[in-house]
This record gives sequence, C-alpha cells and structure tokens, in this order.
Amino acid sequence: MNVGVLGTGITKFGERWDQGLRELLLDAQLRALKDSKLSPEDIDALYTGNMGGGPLSGQLHIGAMATENLNIDKPSVRVEGACASGSLALRAGIHAIEAGEAEIVLVSGVEKMTDVSTEQVTTMLMGAGDEELDGFNGLTFPGLYALLAKAYMTKYPKLTRDILANVSVKNHFHGAKNSYAQFRKEITIDTVKNSTMVADPLTLFDCSPITDGAASIILASEKKAKELGAKVSIIGSGLGTDSLSLARRKSLTRIDAAYAAARQAYKQANIKAEDVNFAEVHDCFTIAEILAVEALGFAKEGEGYKLYQNKDTYFDGKMPINTSGGLKACGHPVGATGVKQAIEATLQLSDKAEGRQVKDAEIGVTHNVGGSGGTACVHVFKRMK
Amino acid sequence: MIFMFRDSSIIRWRNYKDRYMLVGFECSACGKKYFEKKGLCPCGSTEFNEIEFSGVGKIVSYTKIHSGPEVFNEQTPYCVAIIDLAEGARIEAQVVDCKYEDLKIGLEVEAVFRKFYKSGSKGVIHYGTKFVPKF
Repeated sequence: MNVGVLGTGITKFGERWDQGLRELLLDAQLRALKDSKLSPEDIDALYTGNMGGGPLSGQLHIGAMATENLNIDKPSVRVEGACASGSLALRAGIHAIEAGEAEIVLVSGVEKMTDVSTEQVTTMLMGAGDEELDGFNGLTFPGLYALLAKAYMTKYPKLTRDILANVSVKNHFHGAKNSYAQFRKEITIDTVKNSTMVADPLTLFDCSPITDGAASIILASEKKAKELGAKVSIIGSGLGTDSLSLARRKSLTRIDAAYAAARQAYKQANIKAEDVNFAEVHDCFTIAEILAVEALGFAKEGEGYKLYQNKDTYFDGKMPINTSGGLKACGHPVGATGVKQAIEATLQLSDKAEGRQVKDAEIGVTHNVGGSGGTACVHVFKRMK
Repeated sequence: MIFMFRDSSIIRWRNYKDRYMLVGFECSACGKKYFEKKGLCPCGSTEFNEIEFSGVGKIVSYTKIHSGPEVFNEQTPYCVAIIDLAEGARIEAQVVDCKYEDLKIGLEVEAVFRKFYKSGSKGVIHYGTKFVPKF
C-alpha cells in the first residue's frame, strides 16, 4: 500500500461555543484544501467520520453535508465506528484510492459535543458499548476503562497509581506545545491524583475531555502524490474488531482488537514494532495508553509501565507517544480524533511539529480505538524519499 | 435521537426473562453458557437451551462510578462489577447494599431483584437484577 498525504487542516480543539457541527467541518475542510493548494473540484470522493451528530445535534446525513459545504456533488459518505470513526473514514478513503475509484480523497472527522450536558454526552458515548449488557447497568466509558484498569493493576501491580498518572502528565506536557490542543497547561502527578474521582481508580485527569473539533486530511494515489510533491505516505492499515461488551471479552488485561489491527498494519507496511519511531495512540483514559503501547508491540503485556517510569515517551525520548497531547490534552472530539492522529503523524514526518518535533523520524503509527475495544484501527505513516 | 429508546417499554419487555429471573442460554452442542441471547456459538451451533442461573457468582473486576448517565442520577455514585456466575457465564451488574471498600476481586456475590430507574417522558419504571455480597 502506498497512498500519499497532500495536505492537512485542523480546527482549534476545545469548547467551541461559536461554532456548530457544520462550521467546524467546513473550517477543517477549507484549511486542508488550502494546505494542499487544491480546489473543491479536484476532490474525487469524501469520507467523514462522526459519531454523535444524531443524538447531540439532531444531525445525521453528514456525507451530503460534507459536499454541500464545498459546493460539489462527488461521492461522499459518513463513517461511524464510535471513537474510531475518524480512522475508519481514513481507511475508507485509502480503499477508494486503492480500488482505483478516486485519485484524490478528502477525509474528515468532526464532533460537536458541548451543546448538551455531560450526562447526555455520557449517554451518547455509551452507544459504543452494549446497551443491553453495559448501558442498562449504569456503566459509563470511564466505568468500563476503570474495570479494565482494576483488572490490569491487580494482575500487573507494577503499574502503580503514580506511573499511570505519568501518562497524563506527559500528554499535558505535549499539549502545552501544541497550538490546536484543548489544554495547553502542564500538570503534575498530584494534579492527577488529587482531582475528582470519576470511576475508581480513574480520576478526572485520567480521562480525556469532552471536545468540539474537526480535522481533515487530503489523500492521493501514489502517482498523483509524486506528481504533487507529497512528503508523507500511508503504507499500512489494519482493523480489528471484538465484542461490544467487556463481559464477552477473552481478556480484561489487553485489547485484542488492537493487537489484530497492529499485526495487519505492520504486515502490510512490512515493518516490525522496532521500526516505529513514534506513535499517536488512543489515550481516552490513562490505562488505555498503557494497553495501546503493549498492543503496538513497544512493550510486552504487563510491561507497558516500563516506558512511563522516566521520560521515554516524551517527544525527545526514545519512544515518543502522543506528541499532539493525545486525547487527554489535545482533546477528544470523538469522530475527529482518528484524523487528528493522522495529521500529527504527517506533521512529524514532514518536520512541521513545531516545539515538539521528533528528531529524524521515518515511521510513525496511529492507533485509534472505538468503544472499550470493539473496534481498533492502526495506520502506518512513512516519510517519502 | 438515540435516547428515544428510553421511552420504550417494549424494548425492556423483550428482556423480562433475563432481567427478572436471570435466565440465560446454554449451547446444546458444546454446553457453553451465555447470559445474553446468542445466535451463533463459536463452536458453530445455532441451537440453545434456556437455563436459569442460580444467581451466585464471583467478582472479576469492579469500580465505583461517580458520574453516570442521567437516568442513574438519583443513585450516583454506585458500584458496578464484572461477575463470573457459578455456572460459567460472565455478566456485568451493579453491586449494592455494601461499602465500596468491602468489595474485592474474588468476592462471592448473589443476585437480588431491584428497581433500576424511571425513564422517558412517560416515566416507565425499569427493573432488573443487581448483586449483593454473600456473607
């Protein structure tokens, strides 16, 4: 697989009271077109990731909205896979190019979350779990990851409360260096430990926030990408799935779908975990980042804590993770997150990650999870020679 | 939009047996047990027999939720656990009538019939099964 990245566009993430779903999407789309020096007529197809448009904004049919925004009539589809919607849209865009149906594709992700109450967002997000098995019993997403954290930390006690907090501290450190991040403030281990309990053992600062935002990326066939001077290409895409409910999983200490996605993506890209220079991973909760680095093969199961004992995962460390600030500090507009990860990988591989640039990176990976692991999507990005 | 289902009593009526009496299913070929309806067993069978679980089980993991969905506002905070039933199936349920500090992985619990919540514009009351520690 070899699909080029022509350009990227991203809105400021955060509480965007001034903008609705449509405006956020348009903002990201126009930025990506400008960055790619393309006009709307150059786009052959559009894929847009979104999870909550229906319940949160009363707005479905976002495929047509994406083209209406740009005054074009090209094929356009909304893609949904809970918090992995953005990566699934990216994958759909890649496939349209690989199938020869399109040469240039506009992939976006958008989520407008702050128009409703936290309880309503919590209910919407639980749509990613199993309504009958999880939702009915009052489980929430922090609750599901708390169950994973409790099971994991009981089996692998070397992952202590302080080391888990380090995930959040590091992501805030990176977020402070990222101009489009929701939270641009450094924190300490005590900030995490002393914040409000959300679902034991996870506190507020273990949890990614509720965020408005949109992100767009323009992909091109290998031929077109060379012609237009693309600097980054996508060389692998993997997608794994599993049960919606945790009660049906084989294990409570790993996310099997992510192992499957990584295996497929690495195989397609013909790389090994050791070849990866940095990764953007799905840290919807601190425990999720530990599970992610293990699924991606940067640590064995139960040994993810080792990467967080010191500063290995900082942008200048030996295995930088979430230089964007991750979901925790950059924010988590769920449908946009997968595309944002792809943008961060592109910025890193084209030496545009100001203030948080990973040195001499050749290969970066993105890891995006839907629900508590019902869907997991991994992509491999490479600097073009 | 997806909240519309909360107004529906039909959606819960379909599940009366498992919600009220902890009725589950056993694969008639391999004997694997499920709490929820399952159409296709990993063994390949599509034949299942109904079974009634004893309601006794052990906690596999647990948490205390301090910020819950709207319908649970009156009960928040509350404890939820993943429980392995004695007969073999794994379920999720609230654990009540106890202190969170008393819960631990491996603790024996047993099922009790409880009110869950009132919801929707018609105030439909939903009931189901919660668990209490077995002392």
